[in-house]
Amino acid sequence: MSVVFDSREQWLHGAWLTVQLTLYGCALALVLALVFGLVGTSRHMWLRALNRVYVEFFRGTATLVLLYWFFYALPLVGVQINSKLVCAVLALGLNVGAYGAEVVRGSVNSLPKAQVEAVIALNFTPYQRMRRVLLPQAFALMLPPFGNLVIELMKGSAIVYTIGLVDLTKVSKNVQGFSGETVAPFLAVLVFYFVIAQILQLLVRYAERRVDRMLGRRPSREPSLSAVAAGAPGVKAAS
Amino acid sequence: MQWNWNYTWDILPDLLDGLRTTVVATLLGYVIALLLGMVWTLLRRSPSRVFNGVVRWVTEFVRSTPLIPQLFFVYYVLPSWGLTIGPLTAGVITLGIHYSTYTAEVYRAGISDIPRGQWEACTALNLPRSRVWLDVVLPQAIRRVIPTLGNYLIAMFKDSPQLLVIQVTEMLLAAYKAGTESYRMLEPITLVGVLFIVVSVISSILVRRLERRYATN
Repeated sequence: MSVVFDSREQWLHGAWLTVQLTLYGCALALVLALVFGLVGTSRHMWLRALNRVYVEFFRGTATLVLLYWFFYALPLVGVQINSKLVCAVLALGLNVGAYGAEVVRGSVNSLPKAQVEAVIALNFTPYQRMRRVLLPQAFALMLPPFGNLVIELMKGSAIVYTIGLVDLTKVSKNVQGFSGETVAPFLAVLVFYFVIAQILQLLVRYAERRVDRMLGRRPSREPSLSAVAAGAPGVKAAS
Repeated sequence: MQWNWNYTWDILPDLLDGLRTTVVATLLGYVIALLLGMVWTLLRRSPSRVFNGVVRWVTEFVRSTPLIPQLFFVYYVLPSWGLTIGPLTAGVITLGIHYSTYTAEVYRAGISDIPRGQWEACTALNLPRSRVWLDVVLPQAIRRVIPTLGNYLIAMFKDSPQLLVIQVTEMLLAAYKAGTESYRMLEPITLVGVLFIVVSVISSILVRRLERRYATN
């Protein structure tokens, strides 16, 4: 274990890069999820088609393939992305954003139809309808699956190792390379990721509790099939 | 750079070879995930609290750490304990174990969706435990979770390119090798992306069909 302790600065740098990738990736994914998810609840067929194309395309490709494409193929057609970090954030954000868009669409669509009719009867504008009535409730439904997606994105960030970014995974490989030890670095890297995931989970739980309290709801304890399905990678949220 | 169709046709056989490895790794890993997931689920129902807690943390640990360092762990650490395995075997095992922690959660949710009244009815009828599980609980639970399990198969397929970190020549690594040989990356990688989308879109249509077929209520 002393090899791990001796290289602690590298580990901390690697961990910081993993955290950065998670934060930037989540920010991009959240924006894409809201935009394309809400577009998917629209009455206009073309807007809904836009949602389908985005979701099917970016959910259908593997993140690693997407990353390779941005990094190796895109410069050849004339689009040079100079920063590896930007490539990685794009690949992660676009992919997770597609899952997120399904969560947003599913949550908004799952609200009772009568509510929409009621707000229309009250002469709310479409914006007010979303902002004041639908989104606050849908948001509570979105949080648990979003929490799963945040952790999926953090785990997904390990792929940046393949394009030479020095994240936690790369550090473990480097430490193995110069020390020749295998158990210590590869166990340590798993523990690092686990700790980051646990911290993220605590943050998500805290957010869930706040939102539930805001809406006067009580969180349920038992896992239900729909909750597991909604947050799963490759899973279509109930619509 | 212009798209070169001749070159595209030249590398296609290599990529399809890679696709075969991808599919084999995914399917074998899936079998492990389905079986081991059930084992985790049943272990978590044991009466011992300590044992339950251990199983819970082990699965939580595997689920919340990324596949690539897990691949390193299995591929590089096991040999130092005297167990040497090839890259493909290591990849299949890791993929299977990783996703077993997801399927475990799916089975668990499926089982907890069984109404309490049915358990009580089983007790009232004095059914032996084996019959409660095999004839009452599992047939219903598994039926309900089939679409979700199908989605995990797709997810595993899309995670399988990560096996390239331990030199499994699946589709993406096959494409990368072809690209470095001829200094043309555009066609091979684009082609891999297209193949992935085609397979995933087709399989998600199939899963949606399953969803309709096994839809309860």
